Amino acid sequence: MNFFDWPFALEILPRLLDASLATLGIALAGFAIAVVLGLFLAIGRRSRQRWLSWPITGLIEFIRSTPLLIQVYFLFYVLPNYGLQLSALQAGIIGIALHYACYTAEVYRAGLDAVPRAQWEAVTALNMRPWTAYRDVILPQALRPVLPALGNYLISILKDTPVLSAITVVEIMQRAKNIGSESFRYLEPITLVGLFFLILSLGLAWCVRRLENRMEPAR
Amino acid sequence: MNTPVQPDGTLSPTLGPEQPEQPEQPMVRFAGVTKRYGELTVLDGLDLDVQEGEKVAIIGPSGSGKSTLLRALMTLEEIDEGVIEVDGEPLTHMPDASGRLVRANTRHLRRVRGNVGMVFQSFNLFPHMSVRQNVMEAPVQVLGLAKSEARERAEELLAMVGLEDKLEHFPAQLSGGQQQRVAIARALAMRPKVMLFDEVTSALDPELCGEVLNVIRRLGEAHNLTMLMVTHQMGFAREFADRVCFFHQGRIHEQGTPDELFNQPREDRTREFLSAVNEAS
Repeated sequence: MNFFDWPFALEILPRLLDASLATLGIALAGFAIAVVLGLFLAIGRRSRQRWLSWPITGLIEFIRSTPLLIQVYFLFYVLPNYGLQLSALQAGIIGIALHYACYTAEVYRAGLDAVPRAQWEAVTALNMRPWTAYRDVILPQALRPVLPALGNYLISILKDTPVLSAITVVEIMQRAKNIGSESFRYLEPITLVGLFFLILSLGLAWCVRRLENRMEPAR
Repeated sequence: MNTPVQPDGTLSPTLGPEQPEQPEQPMVRFAGVTKRYGELTVLDGLDLDVQEGEKVAIIGPSGSGKSTLLRALMTLEEIDEGVIEVDGEPLTHMPDASGRLVRANTRHLRRVRGNVGMVFQSFNLFPHMSVRQNVMEAPVQVLGLAKSEARERAEELLAMVGLEDKLEHFPAQLSGGQQQRVAIARALAMRPKVMLFDEVTSALDPELCGEVLNVIRRLGEAHNLTMLMVTHQMGFAREFADRVCFFHQGRIHEQGTPDELFNQPREDRTREFLSAVNEAS
């Protein structure tokens, strides 16, 4: 039986720490794009203009029905054939952002649907433009209840970043596999990777909860 | 006085026969307005002229199309036939190059709609904004008023409805009557020429109706505002309105001064409705 080798674990720790920053960075960047893009997708999907809402609905359903792995493969290995050369990191972030934008779009949709119709009637009666109405009246009411769901997707994204090791992005999983193939020891690197994810997920969950509390209206 | 009924309810720029006793152009005009929900005809070739400054109360059984009339005028419902005019301009239509009426574009719709304000049965305040913000929002965002000016206007109007000490409160902290008074101030802040009141006391406890009706009463006295009010408060309609319209099956079945309509109704339907209301109260 191969017991946990503490000195070895300590030795590889800095390399894994370094790669965990890449993981965190990719997750945050992907999430940041996804929450913004998802909002536009959700609003576009609700549009009465069918030339806008139908393609968006199709895109959302398509992306949600296909695996992230295939999407990032496509971005990284297929697009260069059509003259679009993305670095592994770019393809990875864009892939995650697109994939999760479609999920957050559905979250936003639920939030937007929950805003009473009467609020739309009020903004119409006040002659507000749709854009102003969304920004000042509808979104502030739609977002608060969906913040926890959005936060959950941040954690999902974090846990999905190892998929990017398949397209050679050096995030924490890729680094652990490299260490394993160099040293023929997998127990310590993979255990540490699991621990890192646990710590990062708990940390992010804590941040999301804090944000929710701060968004509580002052009443 | 009977409203002329247009036989064909079609879209036509000639809007019914001239009315010699009212030579001025009406502030609001419904001409042959029809609205259907599937099989159900809610407005049935409705004709109605409202003069500037006139206070019109609309009464009638529920489901008779009273609220739909206001909602169509606020463009919350699309109409199927006919033309609505506000201050001489078609609302949901506009003349094209050859002068024919076509569907209005957004710009035209917004410009004409700006003349109309509405107060709802369920207040529909913005729950995440303070009272003051509720009233300031549209003047700043829609009319482009400077914040300071909008603030002044908001405080003035909120003082008029007796809520000068609730500026920083949120809607959820107010009683229904207070919320409805904020909603009135919010609508007035847009300086509409026409105000619509859609059963504004129906969601209120009886003891809170008075404060809202008092505000509307003062409003009617102080301003030359054109008002259309759908109401179940017959007492208020009688005292406040210049004209009362009894609505039945998507049409104005009978109309007249409050005295005519309440004291000497000519139509059986009107009498039935009024006696049913009297029994209930």
